[in-house]
Amino acid sequence: MTNLNQLTIKQAREGLAKKEFSSVEIVNDCLNQIEKHDKQLNAFLTVAKNEALAQAKQIDQDPQNLPLEGIPIALKDLYSTKGIKTTAGSNVLSDYIPPYDATVVTKLKSAGAIIIGKTNEDAWGHGASGENSDFGPTKNPWNLSKVSGGSSSGSAAALASDMCLASGGTDTGGSIRLPASFCNLVGLKPTYGRVSRYGISAMASSLDTIGHFTKTVYDNALYLQVTAGKDPLDATTPEVAVPQYLDEINTLDLTKLRIGIPKEYFIKGIDLQVESSVKEAIKFLLEQGARVEEISLPHTQDGIAVYYIVMSSETSSNLGRYDGIRYGNKRDNFGNEARRRIMLGTYSLSSGYYDAYYKKAMQVRTLIKQDFEKAFQKVDVIITPVGATPAFELGAKQDPLQMYLSDIFTAPASLAGLPALSVPCGFTSSNLPIGMQLIGAQFNESKLFQVGHFYEQAHEYYKHKPII
Amino acid sequence: MKQINSYFPIIGLEIHVELKTTSKMFCGCDAHHFRVEPNTHTCPVCLGLPGALPVPNRKAIEWCQLIGLALNCQLAKQSKFDRKNYFYPDLAKGYQISQYDQPLCYKGSYELLDGKKIGITRVHMEEDTGKNVHKAINGKKMTLVDFNRCGVPLVEIVTEPDFRNAEDVDEFLKGLQKIIRFLGVSDADMEKGSMRLEVNLSLAKIHPEHESETLHVEESLNHNDKSVNAKINLPNYKVEVKNINSFRYVQKAIAYELKRQTEILDKGETPAQETRGYQEDVNKTISQRSKEGAADYRYFPEPDIPPMEFTAKDFSKVKEQLPELPQAKQKKYQKEYNLDLQTVSYLTDNPALSDYFDNAVVAGSKIIKPSKIANLLKNGKFDWQKVTPQQLINDLTQTLNQKGMDENELEQIVQKVITDNPDVVAKYKAGKIEVLGFFIGQVVKETKGKADASKVKILLTKLLQSPKL
Repeated sequence: MTNLNQLTIKQAREGLAKKEFSSVEIVNDCLNQIEKHDKQLNAFLTVAKNEALAQAKQIDQDPQNLPLEGIPIALKDLYSTKGIKTTAGSNVLSDYIPPYDATVVTKLKSAGAIIIGKTNEDAWGHGASGENSDFGPTKNPWNLSKVSGGSSSGSAAALASDMCLASGGTDTGGSIRLPASFCNLVGLKPTYGRVSRYGISAMASSLDTIGHFTKTVYDNALYLQVTAGKDPLDATTPEVAVPQYLDEINTLDLTKLRIGIPKEYFIKGIDLQVESSVKEAIKFLLEQGARVEEISLPHTQDGIAVYYIVMSSETSSNLGRYDGIRYGNKRDNFGNEARRRIMLGTYSLSSGYYDAYYKKAMQVRTLIKQDFEKAFQKVDVIITPVGATPAFELGAKQDPLQMYLSDIFTAPASLAGLPALSVPCGFTSSNLPIGMQLIGAQFNESKLFQVGHFYEQAHEYYKHKPII
Repeated sequence: MKQINSYFPIIGLEIHVELKTTSKMFCGCDAHHFRVEPNTHTCPVCLGLPGALPVPNRKAIEWCQLIGLALNCQLAKQSKFDRKNYFYPDLAKGYQISQYDQPLCYKGSYELLDGKKIGITRVHMEEDTGKNVHKAINGKKMTLVDFNRCGVPLVEIVTEPDFRNAEDVDEFLKGLQKIIRFLGVSDADMEKGSMRLEVNLSLAKIHPEHESETLHVEESLNHNDKSVNAKINLPNYKVEVKNINSFRYVQKAIAYELKRQTEILDKGETPAQETRGYQEDVNKTISQRSKEGAADYRYFPEPDIPPMEFTAKDFSKVKEQLPELPQAKQKKYQKEYNLDLQTVSYLTDNPALSDYFDNAVVAGSKIIKPSKIANLLKNGKFDWQKVTPQQLINDLTQTLNQKGMDENELEQIVQKVITDNPDVVAKYKAGKIEVLGFFIGQVVKETKGKADASKVKILLTKLLQSPKL
């Protein structure tokens, strides 16, 4: 039998229900894996060993048959966890222990999930590689000399190396999708407002979404079923009904599926193996009966510029609260990337510059939104690469602008507030994972799950495991 | 050359009113903070902890609109919150949630007693900050922060620079305070800080000789019918005076500033554009911050709160809550009840008292005159908080009836006392007027204390001087 830490959520739930094994056993297998490999990977900042074992024991004694019951989950260190240190990956909050749980944490706990630990990340979510963590970079389980992708670097590496059965992240401009594609995982960036942001340390409030990594698309839908919905504590979560994702996941009629391929996403400079893998996946769906057409999202090229102005402006304001008076550490604990973004944002919002930068960026943001709205009148799903390249070498991108370009295919969906799912679609010749991005219409995560699930059933890339 | 009185004041006001909602503006915390154990009315939201988010208090927004309506403002169909970014220890989030370019209410007016109108630029919603407390702890000087007040709903009212003298400012502020209290949305107490104000003040020349030095502005926002000049020249500087915590100090601060600015202008100089603080102990204003040092608040739309849209139905719901306002009551009391301004002012000083008076007038219908009720209240003859208006009217009606019987009865008793004491009458006749005291005492005794001594005295004098005796 495989180690229990290698199971999907679905498999683990089935086994627990049939009492083939206990939650304590799953947790122990995960803890063993952490013990064995995390020194190399640096995926965890805090391992909540005792809490997790205590919770697992309790669940084993009195099971309630909850959707995530007994499942060990790791959470990005931006998630406020009552009583468990939450650093945001920054020295500024190196000793901060939140007195409350984020709404998502409450929901996960109520669904029986076990918080096994808090994961490493680019400080404050600022980065695409994980290298901006104040606690050292996370390494990619598929190749230790590569980055795991960021900013939810630890959550991706922890799950890819079977240290947990699912993990929570945040995605502001690609921070779940990119690491998912670098680590052979399914990563969801939900529609803006689909999942409550309450209790998740804010990076850019109008862009932040709370998503997750899973091994399979099915698990991903199961997880969203728990976290999605209106939260009275987050005014940006609207009253939009949450569908029964798992009931709908097998209902796809491919002959009625219209797939859009935006020409602006298949440009020069994109890694050839990435391009061919994504095109191969599209071809597969076409052969299965889907209609595929080329579309245009003309403002794509402005995405990065708009994203870095809006994001840094909001970031500069959101980080104002760390003024050295509370939390114990002074503002000079901010790392270079946070300082860079605070300065950029402060400048963009300054009187005399506001109209030229922030206001203009918001106007272009509207145009980007409209691009997508038009496209979704014609197609159901848009398919693109997630990143232009597979996981790159640690230290390879020293120029911040070059690092910012990692978000080129992910930032537009963030600006438009749309759901996007990163789904594994192959490997490079050097065995590095490749992901494709499925972008859907607002609140239509269900469609992404259906397409992703259909594709995954035929390919099962999740069965490939890294050798650490 | 020194010219006295060659300037006239241009004064505008910014008033902050703390609403007395049960909970805070963006969280469920108890909004009370006066004399409350520090940092006990707090939560992740008002402490600005990582990840916490604001959810606006609907009641506070309605109350802000109610204030706007009472000041004849237009209510915005679309409005939004903005972030005002600055660093201060009592500001937990590093920004205050306020409103920048889309206030809830705008373009209102307030009419002074002489008919002059003061323009209300805007009325908007924001949140209060915490409080820095300076204390010595174990002999060491410390600054502590109390976040109980952080996030308490605050309404800001901004007037046009329409005031031309300190008296009008005083009338407006007292009138505004009454309105707020009548609306029941705040105690508007200057001493407790639930009403705070800043005065913007400059001096304009009556006959500007140096056109270039002044900004030529049309007084379009001032709906002043009585204004003789269609155009005035707004000065090219403005002084903001803060730290004023009583109406009396407003007057003193304005007087001080007018004098200070006049002296500067008389020297041919222009007062600096700055913020000054009023210091009541020395009755002076002290420079706090110059124009150059002014903060750039980097306002931008609050991304955590979606923009607000209001329907006609929302507005009518607010309008339904609007009570009869003090100014309308004052007019009614003067016109319909013929009360003098002083009495009217007294009655409308307190919404509960005014309600009491209105109820008593209704209960008294035609029998008890409103003026009688008004005088009783004003003279403090009884504790109106312990007697219901109906009880008051019952008592008054009874006394009225009793007194009608007493007139005859009293005269009979007085006559009896005189008849029973011929020797004392003789003394009186002989010029010993002090014996009146004896008679009065006897009458009061006979009536068991019911008789009114002054009335008895009049009756006695009348009867004693009767030629029949």
